[in-house]
Amino acid sequence: MSHTSAVSSQPASGRPDQPILTVSGLEIRIRTGQGSFAVVSDMALSVAPGETVCIVGESGCGKSMTALSLLRLLPEAASVTGGKIEIDGVDLLALDQRTVEDYRGEKIAMIFQEPLTALNPVLTIGEQIAEAVRQHRKLGRRAAFDRAVEALRLVQMPDPQRRARQYPHELSGGMRQRAMIALALVCEPRILVADEPTTALDVTIQAQILGLISDLQKRLGTALVMITHDLGVVAEIADRVVVMYAGRRIEEASANDLFDNPMHPYTLGLLGAIPRSHAGAKVGSRLVDITGTVPPLWDLPKGCAFAPRCPKAVSRCHQERPEFEEKQPGHFAACWEVTHANG
Amino acid sequence: MQTADGSAPLLTVNGLKVHFAIRKGVLNRVVGAVRAVDGVSFSLRRGETLSLVGESGCGKSTTGLALLGLLKPTGGQVEFDGQTVRDFRGAALKSYRKRVQIIFQDPFSSLNPRHRVRDIIRAPLDIHQVGTRAERDARVAELMERVGLRPDQANNFAHQFSGGQRQRIGIARALALNPDIIVCDEPVSALDVSVQAQILNLLSDLQRDLGVAFLFISHDLGVVEYLSHRVAVMYLGKIVEIADKTAIFANPSHPYTELLIGSAPSLDPRNRHQFKASNDDIPSATNKPSGCSFHTRCPLATDACRESEPQLSLRDDGRSLACHHR
Repeated sequence: MSHTSAVSSQPASGRPDQPILTVSGLEIRIRTGQGSFAVVSDMALSVAPGETVCIVGESGCGKSMTALSLLRLLPEAASVTGGKIEIDGVDLLALDQRTVEDYRGEKIAMIFQEPLTALNPVLTIGEQIAEAVRQHRKLGRRAAFDRAVEALRLVQMPDPQRRARQYPHELSGGMRQRAMIALALVCEPRILVADEPTTALDVTIQAQILGLISDLQKRLGTALVMITHDLGVVAEIADRVVVMYAGRRIEEASANDLFDNPMHPYTLGLLGAIPRSHAGAKVGSRLVDITGTVPPLWDLPKGCAFAPRCPKAVSRCHQERPEFEEKQPGHFAACWEVTHANG
Repeated sequence: MQTADGSAPLLTVNGLKVHFAIRKGVLNRVVGAVRAVDGVSFSLRRGETLSLVGESGCGKSTTGLALLGLLKPTGGQVEFDGQTVRDFRGAALKSYRKRVQIIFQDPFSSLNPRHRVRDIIRAPLDIHQVGTRAERDARVAELMERVGLRPDQANNFAHQFSGGQRQRIGIARALALNPDIIVCDEPVSALDVSVQAQILNLLSDLQRDLGVAFLFISHDLGVVEYLSHRVAVMYLGKIVEIADKTAIFANPSHPYTELLIGSAPSLDPRNRHQFKASNDDIPSATNKPSGCSFHTRCPLATDACRESEPQLSLRDDGRSLACHHR
């Protein structure tokens, strides 16, 4: 994994803070027998090398669909119907299938939530990683396998020589997730997309895997897009945070700003709903709960999608959808009730 | 056994063991055992919440299932209201089953998709033949309202409800017979955080109003800290520390409790944990280390820990702890 390391320390796009991944105006629709509906609308994202952006939200908010679209891995029924995804200035949506396959692994790679379903059960993990290497590098079987063992060592797999010859079912959950990270990083992609990589893991293993991901990211200068529902994970690793609700961005800020000064009532509700934010409170004290449930995406209310559950909603919220706009420098929100800078 | 306030505990568990045989080969010979629960003791008082917390495979769910008689204990004793559960037969057994109920983790697989909500909630009343048919239907309506469901939805099927609503159905079913104890097996871990908060608030209201005791099984320290009066931390089939909630969270004593609490992400990006990319080879219940099961991961481990197993013992500050060094 050495001959490409020059690439990661010196981004081809010039200035180190130049984004390597830019998404704008992204719309993803799902087709059904009764027509189609949008699951992601007007999504935008910009990630620089070495930067970590977290997309956070609850089930069905569109965070995973956004992640899959970044690798053109959307399921059959879903497709990108608007907007742009640019990797290093190249429009991903305009590429032919062959080139997209070259991009995956080399430019952008993904870690999935459940390694047991994402890994191939009939190949040893060493073979799977070697296969990814041979897709992108002219290497013989032997050399590719050695590269795989090296990648497993990089993710601190215990006894990598032996583990490389084992099948996914022979490994523990934490080791499988390490194998998947090795598989994703073996060709040193510029961008890593991680979809809930620690959700299926125990908390002590989660701590190890989060430590590993941010360690490798620093070392390789990878841009990281992390999808999660867990604000604790966000607080641990994010530089910037995008909060999604019902397919749209509702707030975006640096991690510090978001936790210091959450603006959108939904973000406030999410933070208040976390039991740990009430640490030290008496037994029997109440959590902030957001009443009701997320509306179905095919039947969104007119106006702000959160209005029916929002404690601050006024009549305007039910009529007009608020623009996603900069309320304070670098801090964006889509809410009529949040005023501009110190207003 | 007497509790601090002098009242006898409602449920006392003494040295509970649940082992599963490992069988191999054409003769199905027993070649070993998974010691899922390996000598667990605790007591539960009326109206309190005791949490069993630990990671996958520590035996917390198995403990809950064994208490309900859904798994047969290999050893040890469970006493309910001063009487030995194993000796219960006939009416006594039926009454025990009435007074101890369970809420399951997965609100999708724990409700029969072919039954209407009314029938699901009424099933315990039917089985125990409580009241007349009309009384049972009235009770179903009352329960639905109690857990925040609209009684006019009683004829719907489970799949017509969201995950949070389904968990409310499971709670209504568990409440139907006015139990003294509800075993809550990870009741909120399948739910989104905003819905999770709704269910946790409901559970805490129910305890306040009905005085029901919860044995709350969870891997989520945040949830445990919010809901519990006392906490028992389990590791590989044993309780390693048991104490009041504040003692556990403000001042964890067992090195494993410390590791668990230290591994939970903070909610403050200015004060990050800086997790290490470390790697322990983590043992399981099939290959338990000798002596103290935690010694392979413990920073304090010495030869004593590798050789002899520390017993859970009561300390001066009121907590029970199984550690040679603390």
